[in-house]
Amino acid sequence: MLSKIDINKIKRFLFGSRSSYGALFTIVLYLLLIALGFVYLYPLLFMFVTSLKSPTDLLNPMVQWIPTEIYMGNYVKAWRVLNYPTTIVSSILVSVIPSLIQAAVCSVIGYGLARYRFKGKGLIFALIMATFIIPAQNTAIPQMLTFKSLGLLGNIFAIILPALFGQGYRSAIFILIFYQTFMSLPKVLEEAARLDGASDLKVFLLVGLPAAVPAFIVSIIFSTVWYWNESYLTLMFLEGGVQTLPMQLAKFTQAYENLYPSGMVNIFDRLNEAVKLAGTFLNILPLLVMYFVLQKWFVESVEMTGITGE
Amino acid sequence: MKADSPTPKKGFHLTLRARENLYGYAFVMIWIVGFVIFTLVPLIQTFQFSLNNVTVTATGIKMVPVHWANYSRALFTDPTFVSLLIEYAIETLVSVPIVIIFSMIIALFLNLNFKLKGFFRTIFFLPVVITSGPVIQELVAQGTTSVPGIADSTGITAILSQLPSYLSGPIEYLLTSFILILWFSGVQILIYLSSLQKIDQSIYEAAAIDGASAWESFWKITLPSLSTTTLINAIYTIITLSHFSENKVIKYIYNQTYAVQGGFGYAGAMSYLFFFVLLLLLGITAFILSPRSGKKR
Repeated sequence: MLSKIDINKIKRFLFGSRSSYGALFTIVLYLLLIALGFVYLYPLLFMFVTSLKSPTDLLNPMVQWIPTEIYMGNYVKAWRVLNYPTTIVSSILVSVIPSLIQAAVCSVIGYGLARYRFKGKGLIFALIMATFIIPAQNTAIPQMLTFKSLGLLGNIFAIILPALFGQGYRSAIFILIFYQTFMSLPKVLEEAARLDGASDLKVFLLVGLPAAVPAFIVSIIFSTVWYWNESYLTLMFLEGGVQTLPMQLAKFTQAYENLYPSGMVNIFDRLNEAVKLAGTFLNILPLLVMYFVLQKWFVESVEMTGITGE
Repeated sequence: MKADSPTPKKGFHLTLRARENLYGYAFVMIWIVGFVIFTLVPLIQTFQFSLNNVTVTATGIKMVPVHWANYSRALFTDPTFVSLLIEYAIETLVSVPIVIIFSMIIALFLNLNFKLKGFFRTIFFLPVVITSGPVIQELVAQGTTSVPGIADSTGITAILSQLPSYLSGPIEYLLTSFILILWFSGVQILIYLSSLQKIDQSIYEAAAIDGASAWESFWKITLPSLSTTTLINAIYTIITLSHFSENKVIKYIYNQTYAVQGGFGYAGAMSYLFFFVLLLLLGITAFILSPRSGKKR
């Protein structure tokens, strides 16, 4: 026989009280999140499992989620087709260098907008927001012609140059991040430095920049990821020269045929989805490593920079 | 509020105002120069191209004025461009509510107190890091982005074949790319989460004392507090979807840029038409979602 107190205890355990949610609610919550998380990550799980399947496993309808053997042959082929060691280095250069420059330049611009009142600031703000909306197609062709006349096509400078002038990929977001950061910096610090006779540049370097370390980290990692994944401008400006991983993945089939001509290889070495997905996985692997190392900076970026702060 | 720097300064001959103007411009000058060189002038040139027949020659480019012929060709003669443009507009309008509702639900979940909160947060943000055109193209090509088991069922294919193409297109897109649409929710989840954390908890406590259920609190407190955030998220979603390099219109414009029958002029005209539709979509969204109650404040 359960006493009244016991029943209350059980009730509270299942349905929760004012201070906790209760077991039933918690279980439902976890089940929901796990289900949603599974659907969400389904493409990645499918990609990873398929990339480990041998040609026989691929044809075997009984093999769904667990391959009969861990087959690395797909990765060996994809590694060669992507020309991995070379492309990964150029991908790193093409994403990291513009990101560092972009962050540095955007910090200067954001500081100017946040700490000074000047005529036409509203207009400049509106134009910065406009650059976020304008599709790349509307500016890419003349830019490409300019880079061509300067002999910069296929050269990493075609990506660096716009970043150097605050017009890099999604620069508006980074200017906004630094703007928010410098807006929240107390004026007292600046005034104290001024009393000590610091110039405006010195105030920026010695008071502004140290306070903006989180903004720098968030900007650099997001910028790196977005430059890495960008594939329209790289195709427009770099094709024929520097090859990044996404560019190489986009012509995977063609590159595969060059390395393994379909008439020359046996049926097991023909291009199949497992090889393609191995190539795709190699493409995102560096980003996954970066994400899991720096995950705190990614998922807490919004709080750290206060970008949505009204 | 003019005297925001009350400390006396020695030996400057500019007024405070002029000084602020000068230094302000010194800091943003690099942006202004860059904007003119890399955005404004190319924008004008693209428009100029769009009014001409542009051919690339060994010495440079040759332009023959054709007035609005490129535009009328895109709108009235080209059989693919307009249908792609309409498809893009419908797909975007369908995707935005999905992204908004999904990211709001996930943010509401992640705002609760439970142990594996951080873990799930990491999962739902993951796609932001890996979403690039070629990667998505491979994943879609292998059929991994559809809701498992629904998209390829024969019943649905039969129904789809009966519908006109402007309806079946978006539905097919929804079925084959559903997970992909959800993948565009990563940043939005974070933005919702940070807004949720800013809502004053004492409002909920006061409502609970007055007898409001959690359901009522959500509709009367949470949702109105998120209205500005919803607008920001909707605009962000539209822009990322429109700029995504797998966007069919963008792909078509790119292919036409170097095609013999296309060229820079035709690509420029299509770019401007695409830009116009994008602005239209943003305008519609801003009109629907702009917080009208905000005026009463």
